[in-house]
Amino acid sequence: MADVPNDAPEHCPGTSSDQAGKSSACQGCPNQSICASGATKAPDPAIEEIKQKMTSVKHKILVLSGKGGVGKSTFSAHLSHALASDSSKEVALLDVDICGPSIPKIMGLEGEQVHQSGSGWSPVYVEDNLAVMSIGFLLSSPDDAVIWRGPKKNGMIKQFLRDVDWGEVDYLIVDTPPGTSDEHLSIVQYLSGAGIDGAVIITTPQEVSLQDVRKEIRFCKKVNLPILGVIENMSGFVCPKCKNTSQIFPPTTGGAQRMCEELNLPLLGRIPLDPRIGKSCDEGKSFLTEVPDSPAAAAYQSIVQKIRDYCASHSASDDSC
Amino acid sequence: MDGSGKGNLDQVKHVLLVLSGKGGVGKSTITTELALAFRHAGKKVGILDVDLCGPSIPRMLSVGKPEVHQCDSGWVPVYADPQQQQLALMSIAFLLEDSDEAVIWRGPKKTALIGQFVSDVAWGELDILLVDTPPGTSDEHLAVLENLRKHRVDGAVLVTTPQAVSTGDVRREITFCKKTNLKILGIVENMSGFVCPHCSECSNIFSKGGGEELAKLTGSAFLGSVPLDPLLTESLEEGRDFLQAFPESSTFTAISHIANTLLNSLNA
Ligand SMILES: Nc1ncnc2c1ncn2[C@@H]1O[C@H](COP(=O)(O)OP(=O)(O)OP(=O)(O)O)[C@@H](O)[C@H]1O
Ligand SMILES: Nc1ncnc2c1ncn2[C@@H]1O[C@H](COP(=O)(O)OP(=O)(O)OP(=O)(O)O)[C@@H](O)[C@H]1O
Ligand code: SF4
Ligand SMILES: [Mg+2]
Ligand SMILES: [Mg+2]
Ligand SMILES: [Zn+2]
Repeated sequence: MADVPNDAPEHCPGTSSDQAGKSSACQGCPNQSICASGATKAPDPAIEEIKQKMTSVKHKILVLSGKGGVGKSTFSAHLSHALASDSSKEVALLDVDICGPSIPKIMGLEGEQVHQSGSGWSPVYVEDNLAVMSIGFLLSSPDDAVIWRGPKKNGMIKQFLRDVDWGEVDYLIVDTPPGTSDEHLSIVQYLSGAGIDGAVIITTPQEVSLQDVRKEIRFCKKVNLPILGVIENMSGFVCPKCKNTSQIFPPTTGGAQRMCEELNLPLLGRIPLDPRIGKSCDEGKSFLTEVPDSPAAAAYQSIVQKIRDYCASHSASDDSC
Repeated sequence: MDGSGKGNLDQVKHVLLVLSGKGGVGKSTITTELALAFRHAGKKVGILDVDLCGPSIPRMLSVGKPEVHQCDSGWVPVYADPQQQQLALMSIAFLLEDSDEAVIWRGPKKTALIGQFVSDVAWGELDILLVDTPPGTSDEHLAVLENLRKHRVDGAVLVTTPQAVSTGDVRREITFCKKTNLKILGIVENMSGFVCPHCSECSNIFSKGGGEELAKLTGSAFLGSVPLDPLLTESLEEGRDFLQAFPESSTFTAISHIANTLLNSLNA
């Protein structure tokens, strides 16, 4: 049964949720008795199907942050570009931000549509070895709003994992919205059979951001998601005229460095504020090829190398056991 | 007090939502600064924080983590100014044991708490209630609107940063407002231009003008732009009243102008 059947009322809590058949919304729903019986709460068979599907995907990495606007989508996009610059690697980028998908714009794919193929939806390709999937490709205009409650978003994420024809992939990068809610629980649950290599956590230096990021780290611990490391983004701005550095988002509580020490997590690196990053994103181009010789590009490359190394050691230990 | 029949929002004159499709554009910042500006204008103000996974307002107003008390008509809000009691606040942060605790809730549970937040907080008399929201167009937004509808909502202030990645998401939020018949009071462009404190050169770190363009494109009112100002970030980090501390800054002028425009349009 679907998570939210077509004949369910608007507030359906989802047929596999704890509240299925019992919430006030269920009163009068034609599915109430089956939902109340617990039959719909059995482990979702999709988890097994996704596990099968994902046998062709070597590494799966989530990009997370409790805080909005810290650069999750920007980093996901540039991580994908950097990994795909090695033409022997196949890279896939999945955007599970259902209400605020940024990936189509950042990857220069606005207006693209997905195609239905025999084996499912085909993703949109930026290059031969870089495939992208986002709800943005299913919308008909840039004004379309996706006004969906949790259960419907979950259904979409399931489809992205189960019904997209990803093919052979070395790295699957998943961009997420901020928070610790439906999208996050769903992606972790649906990939629980297939296994996730780990999460990359993005923050900015100030405490308003770190306080939410600590919650995200708690979330990872609760769902047993390994953390590859933390990235501090928007870390200082060098004035192009006088070359002085300004801490626009000041690390008033010691920034990501102090948090990483306290929580015993690796700090993968710091990326400075650079207006050319925002400009590249707006134009749908890779900052790494637009301005390759900048400090920010060097920071990206060094972080990406750490992620490559992590994945390599991760699969080596997998093979040995 | 009368807990039966009479709602807790009966003595709340105006309700304003602060929305954005995009994360991190300054919704909580604008909410906080508007609340302070309204308060300086002599209004009694409340803030309802419905960002359940990432509440920011308690830090921005430096209220710490006080206990929330019950009274006959529901939860007593927390006052940012306990003496004067002109700025009331309710946030999930007050209900958590440990501030690092993650609220790992799916939609229906969030919807239920927001229903309680709207009906069970004993705001008393307020001139303006501001609602700070998480990014998106999902459970929290639908829940807060559905519940407030029974009462009144004056409209929404949309916050964006200038760059296309942000205005693109805010276009979708505008559609949300139209579909839910929520009046758009105007668009604020935040983080617009950074003036180097060393040499006064202005860098448009997140581009410039996107918010104003979006307002034109969608026929919405443009409320003004707020510059990217490290003193503002710092004030919010420490929970200091920026408007009181830096009345000479151009950021102060920008925020006051937006607050006054809103007060006029509300006739408050
Ligand atoms: N280091 C940087 N320097 C300058 N601009 C940046 C930097 N990193 C990200 N940006 C810009 O900041 C904005 C926010 O970034 P992005 O959209 O990636 O954040 P996000 O965490 O995905 O946001 P959301 O929570 O809405 O999904 C974008 O316009 C992006 O181009
Ligand atoms: N005009 C500004 N100048 C300098 N810093 C700002 C400005 N506006 C917001 N900030 C800072 O940027 C960060 C993000 O702002 P804020 O938390 O208000 O965004 P938000 O839209 O509420 O984010 P979220 O989507 O996570 O709820 C905060 O640290 C805030 O202090
Ligand atoms: S009974 Fe409840 S959970 Fe089941 S489909 Fe109906 S509304 Fe959804
Ligand atoms: Mg994003
Ligand atoms: Mg906020
Ligand atoms: Zn300078």
